[in-house]
Amino acid sequence: MKLWSNYVLAATIDEAVQALAHAGGSARPVAGGTDLLLELQQGRHEPVHTLVDVSTIPDLQRLEERGGQLFIGAGVPVARIVEHPLVRKHALAVVEACGLIGGPQVRNTATLGGNVAHALPAADGMISLAAMDAVAEAAGANGIRLIPLLELFRGLGKSVLTENNEILTGFYLPLRQTGQASAFSRIMRPQGVALPILNMAVWLQRSGERIECARIAVGPAGPTPQRARQVEEFLGGKTYSEDTTAEAVQLIRETMKFRTSPRRATAEYRTHLVGVLLLEVLEKAWLRAGSMEVL
Amino acid sequence: MSVKMIEFVVNGQAVSVEPVEGEMLAELLRERLRLTGVKVGCNEDECGACTVVIDGEPVLSCNYPAVKAHGKHITTVEGLAQKDAAGRLHPLQDAFIKYGAVQCGFCIPGQLMTSYALLEHNPDPSEDDIKYALKDTLCRCAGYPAIIGAIQAAGKSLRTGQPVEAPQVAPSAHAGKAIGRVAPRPDAVAKVTGSAIYTDDIQFEGMLHARVKRAMIPSGMVTRLDVSKARALPGVVAVLTAEDIPGTHNHGLVIPDWPSLVDEGERIRTVGDAVAIVAAETRAIATEALELIEVEFSPLPVVSSAVQARQEGAPQIHPKGNLLKHIKVRKGDIEAGFADADLILEETFHTPPHDHAFIEPECSIARPLEDGRMEIYVGSQIPYSDRYEVARALGWPEERVRIIGQLIGGGFGGKEDIAGQIHAALLANATGRPVKLLYDRHESLIAHPKRHATQIRVKIGAKQDGRLTAVETELYGDTGAYASLGEKVLTRATTHSSGPYAIPHVRVDCYAMYTNNPPAGAFRGFGVMQSAFAIESAMDMLAERLGLDRVELRRMNALRVGSVTNTGQVLRDSVGLLECIDRVSAEMYKLGGADPFAVKVNPAEPHKRRAWGFAVGYKNTGLGGGAPDKAGAHVELRRDGSFEVRTASAELGQGLPTVLRLIAAEELEQPPTSVDVLLSDTDLTPDGGPTTASRQTYVTGNAVRHAAKQLRQLIVSELCEDYDVDPEKIQFLPGLVKVNGTTLTLPQVAEVLEQHKMTRMAAYEYSAPETKPLGTGGDMHVAFSFAAQAAEVEVDTRTGEVSVLRMIIANDVGTAINPLGLKGQIEGGAIMGIGHALTENFIVNEGQVVTDRLASYRTPSITFTPEFTTFVVEHATADGPYGAKGVGEIVLIPTIPAITNAVYNAVGVRAHSIPLDQEMILKELGKKNSQG
Repeated sequence: MKLWSNYVLAATIDEAVQALAHAGGSARPVAGGTDLLLELQQGRHEPVHTLVDVSTIPDLQRLEERGGQLFIGAGVPVARIVEHPLVRKHALAVVEACGLIGGPQVRNTATLGGNVAHALPAADGMISLAAMDAVAEAAGANGIRLIPLLELFRGLGKSVLTENNEILTGFYLPLRQTGQASAFSRIMRPQGVALPILNMAVWLQRSGERIECARIAVGPAGPTPQRARQVEEFLGGKTYSEDTTAEAVQLIRETMKFRTSPRRATAEYRTHLVGVLLLEVLEKAWLRAGSMEVL
Repeated sequence: MSVKMIEFVVNGQAVSVEPVEGEMLAELLRERLRLTGVKVGCNEDECGACTVVIDGEPVLSCNYPAVKAHGKHITTVEGLAQKDAAGRLHPLQDAFIKYGAVQCGFCIPGQLMTSYALLEHNPDPSEDDIKYALKDTLCRCAGYPAIIGAIQAAGKSLRTGQPVEAPQVAPSAHAGKAIGRVAPRPDAVAKVTGSAIYTDDIQFEGMLHARVKRAMIPSGMVTRLDVSKARALPGVVAVLTAEDIPGTHNHGLVIPDWPSLVDEGERIRTVGDAVAIVAAETRAIATEALELIEVEFSPLPVVSSAVQARQEGAPQIHPKGNLLKHIKVRKGDIEAGFADADLILEETFHTPPHDHAFIEPECSIARPLEDGRMEIYVGSQIPYSDRYEVARALGWPEERVRIIGQLIGGGFGGKEDIAGQIHAALLANATGRPVKLLYDRHESLIAHPKRHATQIRVKIGAKQDGRLTAVETELYGDTGAYASLGEKVLTRATTHSSGPYAIPHVRVDCYAMYTNNPPAGAFRGFGVMQSAFAIESAMDMLAERLGLDRVELRRMNALRVGSVTNTGQVLRDSVGLLECIDRVSAEMYKLGGADPFAVKVNPAEPHKRRAWGFAVGYKNTGLGGGAPDKAGAHVELRRDGSFEVRTASAELGQGLPTVLRLIAAEELEQPPTSVDVLLSDTDLTPDGGPTTASRQTYVTGNAVRHAAKQLRQLIVSELCEDYDVDPEKIQFLPGLVKVNGTTLTLPQVAEVLEQHKMTRMAAYEYSAPETKPLGTGGDMHVAFSFAAQAAEVEVDTRTGEVSVLRMIIANDVGTAINPLGLKGQIEGGAIMGIGHALTENFIVNEGQVVTDRLASYRTPSITFTPEFTTFVVEHATADGPYGAKGVGEIVLIPTIPAITNAVYNAVGVRAHSIPLDQEMILKELGKKNSQG
């Protein structure tokens, strides 16, 4: 009972795509493998004939400014993202989220690509990308295409990538402009599986004492990751004040639907916590946006 | 590209190996390159034991495909020591030894490699940096404070080029020349260099790998069992079922009610029940064979709690019913006691099962010998019991079996029962080849006995001034499918359930019940952890109802010399409870201000509330209750002038070899390093009894002390004769004996003994003072250890989250024979207690284990380490060695109620069960707020 028969260390995107298409059996792309390999070992994923390792493809290791955007390669270990000055400058939510994925050792192999491709509704890295309005880049037999992040997901653990035998190659994020900032936080419980009860990322544009616009991503709130669109709409153009945030808290509790996870959190608790998180993360992003200092 | 050869550099050596399908790096390093310093604790990216450094970054090798190592530079713990002529240790290794960070040692390679990578990036890490970097490198001995100190000391040494500075650890107030002084562990160097061998590190020529087919249903009859397809699988050498057992079918530490294999037509009582065992050429083949075993069941109803088990009409699990034992304590007249009370309080508490979660999973190797004997290599807490059980299963006399105890990567009571010993022996016997049976973490969580889940009702009567008039408790203890040590554990829970207080009228009833849950047995604290949570919570509630100070209420009722316990034992000496209370209380007022129990709010974070909580505890030393409590020990002067202590007592990380070495050194007036300690080999070492009940320092410590004294007398009398002098003219000096004007080296002394045709060895079997069974009055135990603890918690009122910030701890241990090891026990025990209060919850649903991975059964990581202030209180007990009594369990007992009491003080929410549930706290807070 072998977990896999063939392990391909792909050298290029093209080689990876070809290997996936012509594996001669079931094939899955793998990077850090911190989710997939465990699922294989624990019998939660049927054995795979070919694993196509994309983590050493140079194109997936790039982290750079590219065409007026920030590009984070899908194969960059999240520990490197946490330390990287470009990400720290433009996307603190991503830094904060990546700093909480797994544990320190796991972060040296786990990748943002894997975090997203796994298609879980509360993956920390993915939630931060959702608030950053990131666009994913994927490569398949028909070449490379761009997909807005939230359009990747088809359901719990399901994404368009597997449907099309594609691999994620990276993410494009907008560069931070004056008055913009982002933040991430989550609430855990010390017992049970190391999945957050709730996590949240906020991006906003501040002008003086006003929120010009905001993006709020929350997980888990349904089988796929969600944005709190009604709250975003409400906050747009509002003066940042206790009244505003209190109303936003009420609105997010009214408009977002949570479910009960046995032994982790009831829907009621999550509904309460989403307000707590919103206050915390919104304030963090707001204060950051007010400081011109490049963090 | 598919890698043809994996080429990489490990510890400076270029390596080229063929890829193997499905192989992980940890397997490649351990099995093919024999770098067994790389440990595997969980195989699920949780524990960090397998951490190696790849191109400068710490990575978990258990889940890292070996082919990915191609082109990489890898460092394992074996590569950490400097390879110069002197073979010097890396400062981290040196610091881990000096700080006492090494206990059972199994996690240490992972700790060292994670720390090494940290220091390479950050030579001067703060405590927060260390906690961040080591968050997922678990230590179940919880030597976290020592690890933090060691990393900082090593960093300093690396920065300055100066040797690692040792920490300040106070010697015992009763210190002698050796005992009571700081000494490194005898096995410390092996444990920091990766050369320490645990059972799974051993390979034999032709060794087979075994796996166990388990029922995975909690209750039912086996209606069909067919192993023919599994037997036919190429590479499978044997598949055995119950009918293949030559000897006794059942085992059990007290009652043999646990079938080694359940046969067709027999009853399944728990998910971990074994129906067949496989030995194959590889572990993968053995695993594949399990899938080919055909087994069918007809399910039976499930008994899922002790309370349900006692209800009328409950399904019967064993022929004799569900009641293992009804345990009673009666003192005075309980009705009169309550009639005399001004106030009566009654509360019910619940505690869940806990898993020991030692980082080393169970492993046994059985090896048949040409002379017809069988060797068993195993890390076991009771080697002589293993010998008995294995021999019975084989139908052999005990002498045909030799248990060769290996280093134990954590035990905490979880390695007392049979795990794989019998199965490995049966397969080795059937195949004539060595057989290794290694549990994976999933199997470990399902199969071995847990801590007993309990329901405890406490009824306390008190006068207005706080004097207790009566305590009545009723306990339900869930011993699971098999007795294991259930009766003993729950007897301890029963007798300790009214707390360390002098109470005129006591009545306790405990129902030890069988259920279809995994068996429950020994676990550090041995029932008393559960009782202490209940009684110490109730004591705080009582103090509030009476309007009395919580500390004063305890002080007023505390056991002291002359008190009579609830079982009728008069305490004649060594009752340091009041001093523990006073020390902790004084420090708590120092740190916490005029009212440490009052809630404090930090203006910067007004949603966070802090307060202190207080609790006390006690725990017997030794088996007690009328059980003969014996240990044998040998002390030998070897020809080279060094000494060897031999006893079959187990070292689980608690520091026994250090204790025994110090005792022998003390008696023989030699440097401790001249004394080696050999443990747990049933051919070479006399029976030391079980390593349980905080008994080894006392019982085996006394045996070694007497044996060493005897050896000394032997030497003295021989030299007196030779030199015709009085005994007092003979003086022992390091490495030497002086006789009047003549000085003999110890090798010369050994020679003298040989010339006289005398043995160079003294043997002693020590029996602890006689104890009386429960219910007969008199001394039920030889001694008790006492403790007081205070915990400061912070509760986030927005989320209900709880954290423990500071702890103050005092333990009365009689005499601190091994102060460095004691520090590790005290801090590690408290952190395990924090785990029980905050993180650990072994969940069983209708007999099925829900928390069947380390990812779902969470033990405290380094981030849970609070700031500690500890006091060692030393009220010597007359018969303990140098006054010492047990310490391994008391360290954890008051922690849980100290924390839950602190939470109550901070936010007014009382926990009636553990672990603390942040959602429950928030809900209760919400209720309080809405009530205004």
